[in-house]
Amino acid sequence: MTVALAARSAPAATRGQLALAAGIGLFLFLFLALPTAMVVFVAFTEKGTGQFTLVNFVDFARTDLFVRSFWNSVYVSAMSVVWASALALPLAVLTTRFTFRGAVLIQTLGFVPLVMPPFVGAVAMQLLFGRNGTVNLLLDDAFGFKIPFMEGLNGVIFVQSLHYFPFILVNLSASLRNIDRAMEEAAQNLGSSGFRLIRRIVVPLAMPGFVAGASLVFVKVFDDLATPLLLNVKDMLAPQAYLRVSSIGIADPMGYVISVVLIVVSVAAMWISTLALKGKDYATIQRGGGGLGRRTLKGWENLAGHAVVIAILLLVLSPHIALFLLSIATIWSFSPLPDAYTLAHYNRVFAESSLYIKNTLVYASLAGLIDVIVGTAIAYLVLRTRLVGRQWLDWAAMAALAVPGVVLGIGYLRTFYGVTLPDGTPLAALWIVIVLALAVRRLPYALRACMAALQQISLALEEAAENLGATKARTVRRIVVPLMTGGLLAGFVTSFSTAAVELSATLMLVQSNSDAPLAYGLYVFMQSSNGRGPGAALGIIAVLLVTICTLASHYIVERRHIGAGGR
Amino acid sequence: MIGHIAAALIAGLFAASSALAQAPTGKVTVVTSFAKDVTDPFKRAFEKAYPGATLEVQNRNTNAAVKFIEETKANNQIDLMWASAPDAFEVLKGKGLLQKFQPKATGIPAKVGSYPINDPSGAYFGFAASGYGIMWNERYARANRLPDPAEWQDLAKPVYFDHVAIASPARSGTTHLTIETILQGEGWEKGWRTIKELAGNFRQVTDRSFDVPEQVNSGQVGVGIVIDFFAFSAQAAGFPVKFVYPSVTTVVPANIGIVANAPNKAGAEAFVEFLLSPTGQEVLLEPSIRRLPINPAVYVKAPADYPNPFKDARFQKMITFSADTSESRTAVVDTLFDQLISFQLAALKDVTKILHDVDAALARKDNAQARALAKEARDLIAAMPLTAQQASSKDVTGAFTGAKEKGARQAELEQQWAAFAKERYAQAKTKAADALKLVR
Repeated sequence: MTVALAARSAPAATRGQLALAAGIGLFLFLFLALPTAMVVFVAFTEKGTGQFTLVNFVDFARTDLFVRSFWNSVYVSAMSVVWASALALPLAVLTTRFTFRGAVLIQTLGFVPLVMPPFVGAVAMQLLFGRNGTVNLLLDDAFGFKIPFMEGLNGVIFVQSLHYFPFILVNLSASLRNIDRAMEEAAQNLGSSGFRLIRRIVVPLAMPGFVAGASLVFVKVFDDLATPLLLNVKDMLAPQAYLRVSSIGIADPMGYVISVVLIVVSVAAMWISTLALKGKDYATIQRGGGGLGRRTLKGWENLAGHAVVIAILLLVLSPHIALFLLSIATIWSFSPLPDAYTLAHYNRVFAESSLYIKNTLVYASLAGLIDVIVGTAIAYLVLRTRLVGRQWLDWAAMAALAVPGVVLGIGYLRTFYGVTLPDGTPLAALWIVIVLALAVRRLPYALRACMAALQQISLALEEAAENLGATKARTVRRIVVPLMTGGLLAGFVTSFSTAAVELSATLMLVQSNSDAPLAYGLYVFMQSSNGRGPGAALGIIAVLLVTICTLASHYIVERRHIGAGGR
Repeated sequence: MIGHIAAALIAGLFAASSALAQAPTGKVTVVTSFAKDVTDPFKRAFEKAYPGATLEVQNRNTNAAVKFIEETKANNQIDLMWASAPDAFEVLKGKGLLQKFQPKATGIPAKVGSYPINDPSGAYFGFAASGYGIMWNERYARANRLPDPAEWQDLAKPVYFDHVAIASPARSGTTHLTIETILQGEGWEKGWRTIKELAGNFRQVTDRSFDVPEQVNSGQVGVGIVIDFFAFSAQAAGFPVKFVYPSVTTVVPANIGIVANAPNKAGAEAFVEFLLSPTGQEVLLEPSIRRLPINPAVYVKAPADYPNPFKDARFQKMITFSADTSESRTAVVDTLFDQLISFQLAALKDVTKILHDVDAALARKDNAQARALAKEARDLIAAMPLTAQQASSKDVTGAFTGAKEKGARQAELEQQWAAFAKERYAQAKTKAADALKLVR
């Protein structure tokens, strides 16, 4: 916040930009780089003596298991991008290029898979797609065979594609909406149509959004440990790091070495994705045309379109359907459906959940807000200024994706627990620290969305404003930010909703039940057989919460859009 | 050291006198790995017994709890650490993060099974006993025609192939104790042979203790190697699961300890006393908890079929367990398990499957040459990269604790052991495949 003020009040543009860059740099240093370094430095020290050494990295390259894990992770991430794109493309295109009944609902529902509550989500997935899940039990009964959905690397790719495709959907849709109809009409006037129109106009102009989403999917899958562990795949990099960092009292540097490798690969992937967009101009001058021209689907086209959408939604939402069944099930064990149904689990969590919901809403929306502000600032600095080293802000922020939550959690304790307030409470015991940890962990999501949004705005619009006498700050406020709304919202929603179910860093930082978010409450239930139902009920509450907030923000944007178009 | 003890004594005296003078009040903060189902009944009972005191429960997994106490020691806000795994308490004790205390509770014996209930130096105290055993899903067993298991060795039979789950001992202190029990009960070489024979049938090696009962509850895995209360509480919740204690096992206590510089020391001590008192012990019998009290008198109030480690013949047979031996090689045993089994499970299962097929064929028609080849293959699988002596030697353990003198690094040893097993498993597979050709 103070950062934005500094930029506004500074008279000289470059000084304002410098102050902004310094502020963002300080934020990233204090809440990301420093805490991470406090933990990860072990990777560069010799065990026992603590002297500086690089031998641990040599060991990494010499260990078969790690090398195999590395290539497995690369393979799984790349394939997940392919499959996630296959799921996201039809939804994005159908809802933005055609007048489609319930487009907002589809956009919202297509977003929900990103919100998979920890632990209980895994149980629901197993009950549905596992070896003895609903699908396989029915298949075995009817045809005498099973499909190994959730086995090995292909299982990881399957689950990750379902889980993370919304990254592509959200960013691609935002991009498609931002393409001006005039571009399409101009091309049509010049005789282009069909595939040529798509290839030469739509695809290139939607590229920033797609690359933003795809790179997020790649890095996120590369760094995700929950899914491989759920599927019992251990020879991937992130699980290897987790298995080591989380062993009791073990002073093994290799866990931290892997963390460093994860961070380096994530930054490299981001760098490659910027290369892919480099030297091309994605901005268009006209605004407010309301996105691409929307065709109306007729007859069987309409039917086929809806069939595709419904099929995809059923597939990607199936874990949530299973989760819902679990939350109203008495016992669900080795059977296609639960034995009986009950509302008792909701009753049990009802009393406590209002506190959890309040905390979750406060934490996640604050984190989302911080992310959008910081994300916009970084995007502006990177794309609109010539500051030396501005790219590093982008990369540093993206590195947050690769820092395991438990590492960040320990780092926060190490950095901020020694700092006490006047009354002796440690700084790290305040709930605001949880918000900061969530904001830093989810910053990459918002940042990519902000970047894509700004890339599509022509510099000419800003220059025009400045020629008319507006200051830089006023231009940002009156021209840039309003034109970025769609992207900013995409960023906020992604950060908000994933922050709402974050657990790994939260688990380290929550220090009293009254400060606990939903994910923590869920964890507490999911440690016993009796707690499975209540845990699922809390999970459903979290998903509903996020869905309602997402739906609300989509409606707000749609209304703004219509308002702007009519002017 | 003497000063430390003196300080502890004085502090203890003060605490005792203040406890007599006034009931403990205020917030007692406990960090625990136990589920809400376990902590809630204790919270209610404790707050009823001590009006004015509130129990603030912070849930973290055991590892996160240890890390948390370690990282925040400069400004400690935690009064108690409450968890199952004794090794977590050993780590805390080793770093001087536990406060010594002498509970006044009476009627608690020195040992449960062959395991001492309390830490000899008084840093932490057992409050409940748990034994390891085999849990299985009845519906799963029926559908896959699995017989009821009774002993660890049963799980190595061909019928259980791909049906068994276990938590990795590196991340589950209780599983570690089970592995160590088998190693001490059968000896290093024979013990590892047994463990690898079981492992050939594993469906998965999970990363959390609770994942095993969760998978069995869901019916994703048929049989799990679990700690007893997971099975008892699952039964109480209505899941179609059964449980048995094999004859070679051990009962171990779950523990509580007072954190050094506890902000509410009087409250912390009161909670420990409460936990060990008959009222506190009876809470353990609740259906959602179902752990074994360590006060033998409390079993009078237990349901009829409740296992009693102080009376039950099964528990009397349990072997003696040397905590020192276990302690000296903890990291080595865990790493061996991960490198030889967890991370090579596919290869190990591959060859095990072929050997099961060979056995089946041999049972129909004997063939001496094939029998010999199969035995060679089994010996190759059972081979260990180091002996029991080496496992406890300074050269090897130093690589894990970070000894000052230069030795092999942990990563180097891991790579050596993994390569050793990979090569042996591949050779074993060739031999087993040859044997199969002979009998087909």
